[in-house]
Parts: sequence; C-alpha cells; structure tokens
Amino acid sequence: MSKIIASAAIRGAREIVAQAEAMFEKVREEKGESIDVGYPDTAYYLPMAHALLGVNIEKLGQIKPVLAHARELLGNVPPDRLWFPYLGTTLDAGIATLLAEEIITVFRYLYAQEPQPGCNGFFSDTILRTLGIQLVDGRMPGFAAILGAAPDVDTAVHIVRELQKRQIMVFAGSSTNGVSIVDQLAEAKVQMGWDTYIVPYGRDTISAIFPLNWAIRAAMTFGGLKPGQSRACLEYCKNRVFAFGMTLGEVDDFKYATGAGAINMGFPIIADTNIPEILPTGICTYEHVVRELDHKHIVPRCIEVRGVKVKVAEIDIPVPFSAAFEGERVRREDMHCEFGSKYSAAFEFVHTRNMDEIEDGKIEVVGPDIDTVAEGGSLPLAIYVEVAGRAMQKDFESIIERQLHHYINYAMGIFHMGQRDIVWVRVSKAAFASGFRLQHFGKIVHARIHDVYGKIVDKVQVKIISDDAKVKALLQEAKHAYDDRDARIAGMTDESVDVFYSCTLCQSFAPNHVCVISPERLGLCGAYNWLDGKAAFEIDPTGGNKPIAKGRVIDLKIGEWEGINEFVYSTSNRNIESISLYSLMAKPMTSCGCFECILAIVPEANGFMIVNREFPGMTPCGMKFSTLAGSVGGGNQTPGFLGVGRLYVLSRKFIPADGGLRRLVWMPKEMKTYFGDRLKARAAEEGVPDLVDKIADETCATSGEELVEYLAKVGHPALEMESLLELL
Amino acid sequence: MTDKSAKTAASIDPAALAMIEKLAAQGVETAFDRHVEQGTRCPFGDKGVCCRICDMGPCRISLKEKGAKRGICGATASTIAARQLIRQVAAGVAAHSDHGHDIVKTLKLAAKGDAQGYTIKGVDRLMALAKEWGVKTDQREVKEIALELADLALGQFNQQEGEIRYPAMRAPEATVKNWRRLGLIPVGVEHEIVETLHRTHEGVDADYMNLIMHGLRTSLGDGWGGAMLATDFGDILFGSPMPVRSQVNLGVLKEDHVNIVVHGHEPTLSEMVVAASRDAEMLALAKQKGAQGILVGGICCTANEILMRQGAPVVGNFLHQELALATGAVDVMLVDVQCIMPAVIEHAARFHTKVITTSKKAKIPGATHVQFDEEHAYDIAKSIVRTAVENYPNRKGQDIPPNKTDLVAGFTVQNTFWHLGGRYRSTFRPLNDGIISGRLRGVAAVIGCNNVRKVQDDSHLKMVKELLKNDVLVVMTGCAATACAKYGLLQPEAAAEYAGQGLREICEAVGLPPVLHLGSCVDNSRILVALCEMSREGGLGDKLSDLPIAGAAPEAMCEKAIAIGFYCVASGAYVNYSPAMKVLGSPELTQLLTEGLEDIVGGKFSFEEDPVKAAQLMMRHMDKKRKALKLRPLMYAKSFLDEESPEPAAAVSTAAAQISEPGKKGCGGVRP
Repeated sequence: MSKIIASAAIRGAREIVAQAEAMFEKVREEKGESIDVGYPDTAYYLPMAHALLGVNIEKLGQIKPVLAHARELLGNVPPDRLWFPYLGTTLDAGIATLLAEEIITVFRYLYAQEPQPGCNGFFSDTILRTLGIQLVDGRMPGFAAILGAAPDVDTAVHIVRELQKRQIMVFAGSSTNGVSIVDQLAEAKVQMGWDTYIVPYGRDTISAIFPLNWAIRAAMTFGGLKPGQSRACLEYCKNRVFAFGMTLGEVDDFKYATGAGAINMGFPIIADTNIPEILPTGICTYEHVVRELDHKHIVPRCIEVRGVKVKVAEIDIPVPFSAAFEGERVRREDMHCEFGSKYSAAFEFVHTRNMDEIEDGKIEVVGPDIDTVAEGGSLPLAIYVEVAGRAMQKDFESIIERQLHHYINYAMGIFHMGQRDIVWVRVSKAAFASGFRLQHFGKIVHARIHDVYGKIVDKVQVKIISDDAKVKALLQEAKHAYDDRDARIAGMTDESVDVFYSCTLCQSFAPNHVCVISPERLGLCGAYNWLDGKAAFEIDPTGGNKPIAKGRVIDLKIGEWEGINEFVYSTSNRNIESISLYSLMAKPMTSCGCFECILAIVPEANGFMIVNREFPGMTPCGMKFSTLAGSVGGGNQTPGFLGVGRLYVLSRKFIPADGGLRRLVWMPKEMKTYFGDRLKARAAEEGVPDLVDKIADETCATSGEELVEYLAKVGHPALEMESLLELL
Repeated sequence: MTDKSAKTAASIDPAALAMIEKLAAQGVETAFDRHVEQGTRCPFGDKGVCCRICDMGPCRISLKEKGAKRGICGATASTIAARQLIRQVAAGVAAHSDHGHDIVKTLKLAAKGDAQGYTIKGVDRLMALAKEWGVKTDQREVKEIALELADLALGQFNQQEGEIRYPAMRAPEATVKNWRRLGLIPVGVEHEIVETLHRTHEGVDADYMNLIMHGLRTSLGDGWGGAMLATDFGDILFGSPMPVRSQVNLGVLKEDHVNIVVHGHEPTLSEMVVAASRDAEMLALAKQKGAQGILVGGICCTANEILMRQGAPVVGNFLHQELALATGAVDVMLVDVQCIMPAVIEHAARFHTKVITTSKKAKIPGATHVQFDEEHAYDIAKSIVRTAVENYPNRKGQDIPPNKTDLVAGFTVQNTFWHLGGRYRSTFRPLNDGIISGRLRGVAAVIGCNNVRKVQDDSHLKMVKELLKNDVLVVMTGCAATACAKYGLLQPEAAAEYAGQGLREICEAVGLPPVLHLGSCVDNSRILVALCEMSREGGLGDKLSDLPIAGAAPEAMCEKAIAIGFYCVASGAYVNYSPAMKVLGSPELTQLLTEGLEDIVGGKFSFEEDPVKAAQLMMRHMDKKRKALKLRPLMYAKSFLDEESPEPAAAVSTAAAQISEPGKKGCGGVRP
C-alpha cells in the first residue's frame, strides 16, 4: 500500500534536503556567499526553482531561501497507526527533493563533479530548442527516465532498444546496488547521445534532476508561462510532456523521493520490482505508481500508463527501425560496405509516373548485392523511386525525396547522409550479419512513403541499382530533373501565389503560436517550407498545415494581409491580432521556441544581428542565444526580436520593410561559412557585393561597442540607413 | 422504570449499555426510560395533522376514511402539516443562524480589541474570505479587514432587499440560475424566518406547495447563510482545522484529572475554557487539589468544535449527556445552547457535579448560571475552570467505563485540496477522477443526531458500513460523526476493514480514513462548499444536483436536522431522513417531498427507516446520477440500478402502512 511509498519518499526527501543544506554550508565556508552558481548554457538559472518559485539564482547566497522553503515543505513520516493523509505531504516532499537535487547538482558543477564521466550532466537550452520540432511532429512521442540497473546487460539493452524502436527518448542513469544502466549500456557498446535517443544523465539518483529540470523549462520556453507560475508549469508538463520514470531494481528512498517530485509533474513511475502501486488517478493523467515484473512487458506498460501515443512502423527488414536510430553513426571499423561520397557514384531520385506505368510494391535490384562486396568495400548506388497517385503533384517529388534520408537512417545499423547526388550510405557489419541486403532499401522506402504520404501516393515502385554504367546513365536524367525543380522554386515568389500556409504543429507545445509560411519565408524551425505546407495539407486537410488566402492587402511594405490576420487571430486563441511577414519591427510574427536562429535588434549599430542556436558564445546584444531566446518564444509578439529559419537570410523577402540584408551587422562565423557564395550572390543583388565582409562575427566583435567600432571601420551600410527606432 | 429488553435495545454502545444498566439498578431515569414511559406517540402529532396554531383548536385531521378532513378554518392535512414543517425549518434555521451571528459578532469584537482572549488565528482564511467577499486587503491591517468583513456578514442576517451573498458566490452557475428562476435565494436570513412565521400564522398561506417552497427558501439562509458564516468566521477566529488525533467515548474521562464536560454547540466559550484549562495557574491549583491535570471533553457539537481545532476528546454524543454525568467523574458540566436536556440537572444532583449554564438564551432550573460575555471571556472561562478544580476533591465515588476509541478528525474543504494534491498541485481532481473512473460510486454525507426512537448509533453504523462496503466515501458531522468514531470508522486503518476495493484504493493512495469528520452541525456548510468544488473541478455535470451524492440523517432528532435536510434538498441533494418528518398524515405533501421536489430543485427526501435499505436507496440515486453523467461503470462495486429495488416512493407506502395502523385516540397535543 502506498503508505510505504509515502514513508520512503518523505524519508528520502528529508535526507536529500539535509545533504543540500550541508553542502550549502560547506560551499559557503569554502567559497563565500557571493560566489556565482549556475548551470552551463541556460537562461533559466536553476530551472526548477525558477519555474516554481520565480527566483533568478546567480549567487550562492540566493540559494538559502530556496533551501528554507524545501525544508518547510518536509512533513513527517506517517506513523504506524492513526496516520494523517500523506499524499499531500508526499507530493510536497517531492517538490522539496527536486529543489534540493537541483541545488546539490549545481554545487557539483562548482567542484567540477558534473557532468559525470561518460554522462551528459545538465541538459542545455540548446538541446531543448533543437528537439522542439521532433517533440511536436511525433518523431519523439515520449521520454523515459530510467533509474537503476537491469538485472543483466542483455535486459538493459533489450529495454532501451524497445524504447528506441518506439522513438522514445531515453534518459539513462542512477544505480542499483552500485551498478548503473549507463555502464551496462556502455558495456554492450550501445551508442549513446542525443542523436541515438539515449542520453546518460548520471550514475546517482540526484542527477535525475537533469531530465526533470529540462522538462520544466519546456513550460516556459514553449508554453509561454512565466517563472513562478508553478502550478501552470507543472500542469504543462503533465499535459504536454509525455515523460515517465522507469525504475530498475530496488526502489530506495532517494528514488521514491525523486519519483514523488516527478509525480507532481504528472510523470508516473513504473517499477520492475514488487513495489506497492498507486492506481487512483488525479495528479498524473493515469496511474501514479505501477509495477511490471516482466521486462518483456515493461515498455508497453510504461506507454500505457503515461498515455504515450506511439506509432510503431512495422517494416519487413531484418533490423529494428525507428527515428531513434537516425542519429546513429556507422564507423569505418564497424562498416560492411558503403555507397557514394568519394567512393562511388550514388544518388536518389523520386520520379512521378502515371498510374498505369508502375506496379506498387515492385522492388528490383539491378546489379551486384552487398554480399558480393569485400568487407570495407564500396558499390555505386541509385535509389530510383517511381510514384503515382491521383493527388500526386510534381512539386511534391522533392519533398518525398528529402525524406529518404530520414527513412533510410531509421534502420538500425544503416547510416545515411546528404540528398540527391551527394548521398553517402553505410551498412554496418551487424546489419549485414542480420541479413540486410539492397532490396531492404526498397522495402523501407516503399513502406514509409505509403505510411506518410498515403493520401497523395497510391503506387510506389523502387529500383535499387548498383550497376555502375546504369547508375551513371540514370544520373544524367536525375540531374535534369534537379535543375528543373531548382528553377521552378527559384521562380516562386510571395506574389506568384494566392495562398500561404499555416503551421500550427507546435501548438501542442506553444498553444498561442501560429507560423505563416510563404514561398519566400520558410518556417522558423527550418523544417517546413511553402511546398511542405502544401503537401502536408494534401495529405491531411485537418492537420497542422492549412492554406490561408492572403485576402485584401493592408500594407504591402511590411507584408500584412487581412486574410492572414484573421486566420492568425482566430488560431492564436485570439491572442495575436495582426502580424507582418516582412518586418521585425512592426507586428513581427510570433515564435514557438524551436527557431533555428534569432534576429535581434542592435540599436547602437542601427541594424540586426542573427545568431543560430548552436552558437554558444556571447553576442553583441549582450545576451547569449539561450538568454535571447527567452524574449522570443512562447507565442509572444516582441518587436525587434524574431525567431527565423536559417535559410530565410537568403530570401529576397528577408525583412525588406526594415531595410533587408543591408541591416545585417553581425552573424556567427559558422553561419557565414554555411551560406558561402549564396549570401555573396544575394548581397550583390542588393547592390552591396562586399556586404558579407562588412558583416561582423565573433572574431571581431562580441559587444555592442566593439561592433559599432568595427562597422564604422569597414563602413557598413546600416550606419547610414534610416534610424531603426523610427520604424517602431 | 422499564424492563431490561427495552434497555438493551437502547444502544449498541457497550459503554452506554453499561451505564444504562448501572442506572437502572440504582433506579435512576434517563431519556431511554422516559422514551418508554411516553409510549406510542400521539398519531396525529406524529403524522403532522394536529394544528395548534389558533385558539379555535387544537384541530386534527382524521387518518382514516371517516372523520374530519379539515380543521375549523378549513385547513387540510397538507396545509396543517406543511405549516408545522416549515415552522420547524424556521426554528432550525434560527438556531444555526443565531449561532453564526454570535460568531461573527465575536470576530467583530475581537477585531476591535473588545473580546478578551480572542485573537484572529486564521489570518490566511481571513484573507481568502476577504478576497471572496471583495474586501480590499492591500496595505490594510488584519483588524481593519476583519472589521469590514464582519460588518458585511452581519448585514446578511437582517438584510431587507437583494439576496444573501454566499449562494451566488459559491454555487455553480446553473444551480444559482435555477434558484433565481424559482426565487429561492433568501433576501436575508432573518427576513425568511420572519416570513415563515407570518405565512404560517392563522389564516395566511394555505397552499402546501407554496409553503414548502418558502421552507426551502428559508433553509438556504441556514446552509448558505448562518451556518456557512458560523463555519467561515469560526475558522477565521479560531483557525482552520487540520487533521488531529483524539479519542471518543465515556472512557476519555479521567479519574485522576479534573473533568470538565462542555456541552452544547458554540465554540466561543469552550475555546476559552480549553485555553484556561492549560493556564499554569489553574494547573497548579489542580495539582494542589490532588489532580494530575485538567481534562476538557465535549458532548454534542461543542465537542466537535474543540475536537476539530484543539484535538480535545469527545465524551459522547447527544444520548451520552446523562450517562457522562452518571460516571460521577464530572466536576463541571458547562452548557451553552441547543440539545441540552433539562434532565442533566437531576443526574448532577446525585453527585458533586455542578451544571453551569452560560447563555441568557438557555437557563435550566437548578443549574448555576454564569453569564458569558465576550468582553470578559477569559476571566469567565477561568472562573469556571476554577470552580471545576475546586470541586474535584468533592467527588463521591466514580465509575468510568473503560471504553474509548481512537479517531482522526479535522477535515475541511481547504485542507482536502492539500491532502489530494500537495501545496503545488492542490486539487480536488483525485476525488473527481475516483468518481469518474468508477473507483468511487460517490460521496454520502451522513449527519445528524441520536434519537431514542432508534437504537443509539445503530442506524449510523449500519448505514455507513453499507455505504463504505459499496465504494462510497462518507463525510460526517455532529453526533453522527461521534457515533461512527466510537466504532473506529474514523481511523485511517478502517479503510482496510470496511471499505470496498475502490474506496480502499483511494484511501490508501491519499492516507484518508474512509469516513471524514468535517465538524459540528453548522459545518455541514463545509459539505456544501465541497460539493461546489467537486462541481468546479469538472467532469461531474454543471449543477449540484448532477453530482452522484446523497445525504442522510438516520437518527434525526431536532428541528436543526430538518432545516439541514431542507437546504440540502434545495441544493439538489437526495436526503434520507429518519424517523420520518411529521408529514405522513398528508399523502400530497409526502408525495411532494419524496418525489415532486426533484423536478423543481433536483433534490428530494426519502423517509426509509431501515438504514441498510436507506443506504441502498442513496446509492441507487448516485447510480442514477452516474448514468445521467455517462460515467464509466463502477470498477468493483455492483450497481443498484440493475435491481428491482423499490423507488424512494417507499416512504409513501410507509406512510400508508402507518396510517392504516389501528390509531389510538388522538391527543390534540396533550398527553392522554
């Protein structure tokens, strides 16, 4: 019965809070109250304390009231007889635990004890934002925090593979009897990292705060909630972050205490040992604590208890298949053979046919298969996909083709990079040993296209060609098609269409945000352009992408239309009355939180800077990306700050109302390199061919002063332009 | 004196039985004996068809085919019974409201610094209520806020236009809308009592339907007026209760302690007596007199008030008042108002016990009267404690039964939020979820008194056990709660023994006892607020009458119980009231109360005598509501809808059965 749980959780919380208090005294003695404390790469201070108490902790001394609050939350362990209700006390003990664990781990950072070897430690804001789009598009339906260790290595691997297969992000850590799942997975050489959906957080239970104080940030980043809106933040996690805890092995007091904290966030606990259950619902969506002793059934049980919506792709290939394997690499020493890159000719090509020209499901391998290749060797490769469908349009070819990269990568032991004729594919020894052959590329492509694009594609036929001459001959045809497509897209402008597309996929996380995607302005996540929106609407007319008739022009300069405003108003839950497409200063679009880059005003430079989320350093506006992001996300309209997709910089509709590309005064060097000649060409079109060299980067300016000095030195055109503040 | 079988049928409480037997041996009379002595009650009075309102009568209406069908003025059985009934309602409302009025007045005096010994202990509650009432709190002193709030509240009693504020402030919109449609929200608490007395005066309202509607209106001034103010302002003044452990039954009295028994209903003086009993000076005096300490225990609702807030032990419920004195171990019985039998004085006289009356409204010949006033509250309390201590050496032999039982009490709406969700997720959700998912069938409020016409505690216990077994969470107040406490139902451990699987799972998850003690009979207002919170939490309809809940007073005794029954029905609840109200002589009126009202206010009465059958009727009603809400089938318990059990109209047939009894010659209100 759950009194046992309550007792253990309250005992555990008392001990964890006592530890935090003792560490606080030690740190104060050794380093003094004014020492800086904090986690790396976050704008949310100590995120749990920030969300629940609204405090911005930067100095040791500020921790004291938080600890006092945690202490005050601790109730008594229920006695053997005549106990008082303990659920409330247990939940309060859980909150105390979260606050104390956060403080303990922040102290560990002071002593360089985190991240623990081979572990991630604190999860940065960048990771949160990068994963944003995967959270909302179903590629990552849920999160599992594993605490403890499986009875043996094979079971540990089995459990994480089962989770990976369902594309559930796994946070692995803590220990049971001195053994951690982290080391079990390492021993089995399971690739761990964000790309493979397995992230080791630490080897003790206290470090389980990392996934939890990561989840609570989603409420502020995407949910638009303010620090201190504790209840709303916790309920956001319950309603929108599909996480659960899985304990392996004995559940000790610390695990119960941390579990009690997780339950406040709506995250249930599933144990593989014979612990008492808490079945009645109310704080979590479904049961609070359940046990599943059979490791074969534990993952399905977790999914059921948390209500995770999982779509498992069943594809008849000899290796597991899931988005969780997308980021897995195949190193040279693990490789059976490879295609493309500098080793052979390789390309992918999706081609629209008439319905009677192709046969659905026909998969043809033309040329030698991979069992004819010596280990470490290579073959040429063409993945030639012919599709037909009543609703299929030539414009969708490139969309489907771009997905092949993901689909092929989803197979465990297969690595895929690039697209069109710059692909590079590797098949691992393990996959080869499992029986993976060329025809399986066809099976994957056929199954996935039907699954995702079933509404527009009725027939899919795949040829896998490994015959060198045939590959080269077909490549010529493909290249013509690539060129035609590029020309078509290049000619597509905002003026040439009557409808733009909305994207409200992120509303599951940011309920008031609406993206408006035009041919010349892609979605701020960088993942959706106008054609994607169009195709998505064809596929699912009730989904997150809908055509919006532009309607009457209100102001062509800033890009404001009546139809767009009406749509945004009703779809943003009546929060945003009007938006512009071409201005950062007047009625800028809102952001969900998963933007690739931020455009921000630098008033002293009379221009804008752009920073991508991967850039960790300081920017001239005095904030790092993570801090800056705080003023952009959550569906709020903030003139002077805007989340954008990376490629928007190259658009002819790059904030023209505010002066366009000429206003760009700073960007990280990495972005400059990425844009390369394409940016130079755009600058030339704008009449400032040397603009790229005049745009500062982190090597010449990381503060406003340095920036202005640099701009004056190189004669950046922004300095001569109309004052930006006039545009407000 | 009565025969032994009548006495063993008096109570199920072994402590009570032991005392009754002892008293019988000594030839001392109690209410149990006087009940037998009274014999069969006058059928005209009992069925509500005796009218003593004007001096042309008394008139009575024949219960048989032959005989008078109208009184001298032409009043029918329906008119006579309805008039009498709503007068009872008004009396009950008056009792609770006068109580509420005194508490509010005490707060006002305390805020002004004119009430000795009183401070504002529930500042959080004051702030929350100020917010609810629209009283500004920014940059104002606590006393100033309390004063404004008290003045607003006092206005509720004698308001002459508009409507009292709690109904619209707290009840769900759809319920308020229905009340307004029917004109049921009182203008002022006293306004409706006055109007009741006027309407029921000779020659005024003769329409039984019109009379009952006014009875409902008047009763709302209790549950949503006087009683609610008594609870809220009691919480401000004395602090909101939190869970407490204590003990119940005669065995809590201590041979080696000064025993003060406080009896009656109001917390104002008893709180001070508890404080004075902890006064160092008094404790030293007690030592000097040879006592180990000073015990303050309670009977009736005074007991519940000091139990909830101070954890004071409960000596017993209504029918224990004489038995407690018969222990010879009570040095002072201090009484205030309501439910005090004048007979206590006869028992006191046999021992050294001093009975002290304290209210100008309630004096008893033979008792010592010490007039209570708030301005000297502590001095008065101390003088009473001193009297008790000084009386301790005069004990002449004592016989305290060993029986006492542990209990947990102290539940409120406010602390339930925390129990169910902690400080950060405080919520009613787990309760609503429990009901929606079918783990819980619903919630029953079992409240009220003891009544010698029923075996003491027996109906409470049987009904509550039947409800628990069938996954109904039970909330209790008053003497009903004390009854169940005696048999251990208020212990959290009781869930394992008595609760059905679904209820047990909820109790184990939360750590709740299966029976929640919410306080005194004015604290039934806590139940109303709890229902509002359940409705607000969502998933259980939009009116209070949509909720799968029911109430019962299985051993009802007084007019306050009738008033409570009325406001619960007016709020949309199904209420089983037993023994039946004095209406059975009028089939039309009985029909209206047990059926007709449901279409009007959503709630109705039943008068089932058998506690188990009554529990099943209550659950059948819950099941009907569950079905209407399209809730999931019950997870573990069986539904009572599937059975061919009789509709609550049973009460009418009970009435018919009783009418066809060979009636004794009528009495016209005078004993034959």
